[in-house]
Amino acid sequence: MAEIRYMEAINRALQDGMAADENVIVMGEDVARAGGSFKATRGLLDKFGARRVIDTPIAESTIVSAAVGAAMTGLKPVVEIMFMDFITLAMDAMVNQAAKARFMFGGQFNVPMVLRTPHGGGLNAGPQHSQCLEAWFAHVPGLKVVCPSNPQDAYSLLRAAISDPDPVVFIEHKALYGKRGEVDTAIGAQIGKARIARPGRDVTIVTYGNTVHASLQAAAQLAGENIEVEVIDLRSLQPWDEQAVYESVSRTHRVVVVHEAVKSFGSGAEIAASITENVFYELDAPVMRVGSPFMPVPFATSLEAQYVIKPADIADAVRVTMAGGR
Amino acid sequence: MTKNKDSQLLLSLYRTMRLIRVAESSLIKLFADSEIPGFIHLSIGQEAVAAGVMAALEERDTVATNHRGHGHVLARGMELDLFFKELMGKDGGICRGRGGSMHVADRSKGILGANGIVGAGIPIALGSALAHSVRGTGGVAVAFFGDGAMAEGVLHESLNMAALWKLPMLFVCEHNGWSEFSQTKEQFVAELADLARAFGIQHVQVDGNNVEEVALAAQQLTSQARAGGPRILECKTHRIRGHFEGDSQKYRNAEELIAADDCDPLIFARAMIEQCGVAPAAVDGIDAEVEAQVAASVLAGRADRQPDFAQAFADVYTATAAQG
Repeated sequence: MAEIRYMEAINRALQDGMAADENVIVMGEDVARAGGSFKATRGLLDKFGARRVIDTPIAESTIVSAAVGAAMTGLKPVVEIMFMDFITLAMDAMVNQAAKARFMFGGQFNVPMVLRTPHGGGLNAGPQHSQCLEAWFAHVPGLKVVCPSNPQDAYSLLRAAISDPDPVVFIEHKALYGKRGEVDTAIGAQIGKARIARPGRDVTIVTYGNTVHASLQAAAQLAGENIEVEVIDLRSLQPWDEQAVYESVSRTHRVVVVHEAVKSFGSGAEIAASITENVFYELDAPVMRVGSPFMPVPFATSLEAQYVIKPADIADAVRVTMAGGR
Repeated sequence: MTKNKDSQLLLSLYRTMRLIRVAESSLIKLFADSEIPGFIHLSIGQEAVAAGVMAALEERDTVATNHRGHGHVLARGMELDLFFKELMGKDGGICRGRGGSMHVADRSKGILGANGIVGAGIPIALGSALAHSVRGTGGVAVAFFGDGAMAEGVLHESLNMAALWKLPMLFVCEHNGWSEFSQTKEQFVAELADLARAFGIQHVQVDGNNVEEVALAAQQLTSQARAGGPRILECKTHRIRGHFEGDSQKYRNAEELIAADDCDPLIFARAMIEQCGVAPAAVDGIDAEVEAQVAASVLAGRADRQPDFAQAFADVYTATAAQG
């Protein structure tokens, strides 16, 4: 099995998805001739032609709404929004149109579209090119939200997203595009199923996306202190694998939820509250959350370095929960 | 066209307009009696646009409409019982009582939905036109919008993309002069013809109260659009009722409302039919048939059961998610 980069896994999933179903089209700004701003769509134009790989004008609102209309008329569009921050321009399309069409039209239509978009900081991209806005979409009934942390999941989950009959927001992390890993294209994935990235008996870290790696680093550090951390990679936030999390909590009795999005009103709050509601008596300590500070993502390297979540921040939270809370 | 054929077409257009008028007139009472919950936005006075444009469409074509879309969906052939049941919030409604007046859709008729967001149906129709083009269906996608949507960015973006990609799409503007409670001339500085020129799209303006004129223009423009390339049909018309039902229209002056009454497309159409030599009794017969049809659908709506909450809750996502 070859090791390929995360970005190549995305590209491969698009290729295989398009080859498998002629109704799959790719559209977005600079996705065809330029091959995508992160090159995730490179080569698709040559392979599938301009009819199915479509460069759009810079008009996020209409690009995404058009994907909804195309999906309702028999296509399976995969739209790229160059940076997740730009999704603000297409919120009507996602929130009022894509998410609700199936329900409000009484099940007459499915909206089988995928919106691919990179989130996350760490590249000095500044306040308008770095946000993690997944909680917005996880809050909207009708949307699915997927966020893979490694090349295999990027491949398998994107294939699943393309085949899914409902609209899926597929979130990639810019800092992961270069990450290498083995990819077996025969391995499938189910949206909503988590994965235990590292088994452990003392504390459960629940996370997804790029912070899976920071959490694994923290876990490695903590192992040296005789704290065995279990890291759960959720892989998808809507739906999220409550069962896997509760089972882990029932083994470890302590939880830290970690995400790169700002902590306030984030996905971590939902996960922590659900744990409290459902498996409160399994807990030996309050559920801790690690998230970014409540501020826009700063540009300067020195500022961003302080903003990003480091393994040490996660390890600190684990130590607090091991001590029974603050 | 022979006189006979001409009168047949006119009669059929008249029947559609009368159906819309009678259906919406019955909604006034149902709404006042709280048998229709929520809001409704009536298209009384604008029936000629719906009837004329829909007469030009084929089965494979798709349509996206707006919050004032009753006429469009009825003219497209949505079953009257399913329409009334939906507006009354009943289980047998076309959307199982989940959408209501502003969100009716009918997949079997290519109706991609009415829309509660001004202008939002336009880019959805654009996407549908893209799908017709990519899939080679030969279909045309039609977007209905009011002049209030001219200030929305998605119209401008959609005009650009439709022209850029030469999509089989017809933009239909029902220009009634009003953007909700404000005059459009106080909201929007340009004319639709200016936008058409800017994007290099052929634009035709017609008297939207003359159903024959609308139908002929729509016929011509849809066949041109089908061959590739968007077209714009602007229909000057009148909104006789308020923005929404129950709106007392204090912001409009009496002369304007009287002028609107004087442009009734049904009265025009009836006069044209009679000029063709059709007996008034034949037209009265259509009126009576349509009234009976609507009355029966109102009864069917009343008799239908309330939707089931658990079923609605289970229907947010498709039951079987795919595996990658």
